[in-house]
Amino acid sequence: MKLTLKIWRQENAKAKGKMVSYPIDGIEGDMSFLEMLDVLNESLVAKGEDPVEFDHDCREGICGTCSLQINGEPHGPDRLITTCQLHMRKFNDGDTIVIEPFRANAFPVVKDLIVDRGAFDRIQQAGGYVSVNTSGNTIDANSIPVNKHDADDSFNAATCIGCGACVAACKNASAMLFTSAKVSQYALLPQGKVEATDRVLNMVRQMDLEGFGNCTNTGACEIECPKGISLENIARMNREYLSASTKG
Amino acid sequence: MGGFLKSSIAKKVAMALSGLFLVLFLLQHFTINFTSVFSEDVFNEISHFMGTNFFVQAILQPVLIFGVIFHFIMGFVLEAKNRGARNVKYVKYNGGANSSWMSRNMIYSGLVILAFLALHFYDFWIPEIVHKYVESHPEDASRYYSEMVAKFQDPIRVGAYCLSFVFLSLHLLHGFSSSFQSMGWNNKYAKGVRGLTVAFAIIIPLGFIFIALFHYINNL
Repeated sequence: MKLTLKIWRQENAKAKGKMVSYPIDGIEGDMSFLEMLDVLNESLVAKGEDPVEFDHDCREGICGTCSLQINGEPHGPDRLITTCQLHMRKFNDGDTIVIEPFRANAFPVVKDLIVDRGAFDRIQQAGGYVSVNTSGNTIDANSIPVNKHDADDSFNAATCIGCGACVAACKNASAMLFTSAKVSQYALLPQGKVEATDRVLNMVRQMDLEGFGNCTNTGACEIECPKGISLENIARMNREYLSASTKG
Repeated sequence: MGGFLKSSIAKKVAMALSGLFLVLFLLQHFTINFTSVFSEDVFNEISHFMGTNFFVQAILQPVLIFGVIFHFIMGFVLEAKNRGARNVKYVKYNGGANSSWMSRNMIYSGLVILAFLALHFYDFWIPEIVHKYVESHPEDASRYYSEMVAKFQDPIRVGAYCLSFVFLSLHLLHGFSSSFQSMGWNNKYAKGVRGLTVAFAIIIPLGFIFIALFHYINNL
């Protein structure tokens, strides 16, 4: 497969970036998108040029490290996958592929296609946890009965890998889907109810402080989420927030 | 409380509530207008009541005007903040792959509706206020139908009204059901709300178009 890649190149966080075209040949349909970029980078290194920097780690769709806006969509044209799970068979010989970093003021570019998603860490630190006494008298979580429906919804929310595709897809660069998934996974469980009020207030406050946009319910985040996190989580967070605001 | 009012979620809820209030107003406005299709007398009677009743004029009307202004200003504030959340735009952005045109362009459908409101106020509301409160004409319960029909003799105005109602439909197709999601109401009834949204967003604007065309064609 012969392709033309148009890739965002940016030397560092302060440098002005630009799109650069790279012709590439010999790409197999069974290669993953990241393997295709590996092939490009090997050729660049062989020519003495700087390789294209991009985030990756597990390469099996569970760590949430890989990102990339591919032809205008986070993680590319396929659904329910991360970029590392995107195969080149989704493209055709002769295609031009536009590759950009996830764009949001809250996700500043570090270099080329790598962005700093530390804003998500700070939202999580603001309340995405339960405080458990570990001084020897910890209660086994399984001894607390949990409604199956709530357990399933909580688990589904907890499958969010924090990749940032929701922010990248949203025309407003809103982080509501991520934040709501992290709020929901605890709000649905008895262990999470103790700190529920502070959690949602603090996480939403941090989300707003990071400079993400507002949700306007376009639903783009839900469609592009590699884990299929539902918009129902945003509605749940809104309910939790309204309820918490009347308490504290 | 200050933190709550500044929060993104409070702004969403405020947009949703003001939007739903305007949806209710639309329904009421449509119901009254529709009477003009089958009875001049009924239309005149209801219009006279709405135009002279103290509660409607002194309480409901200011609340409505506040609701309209609030919805527009809040819409502009949110749009400005949202645009400011991504200073470097994508070279390629395929929004059509994951969201509807209506949901991504509420600001544009809203601006068309705002322009329509300016025309609508110029056509009806301002002359009505001048007639009643500036020139202080005596009450005439039979003038409303003929005044309304006279406005719909101009094909350009009728065309502008019809085009505006198309944009109103596009605005409602996203806005109505979206307001329930914003208020945290996404449950087993969500599919029903979506169905109601599609029905309302098509029937009401289409009804307004029908009324405008009816009076234009009826008096050719």
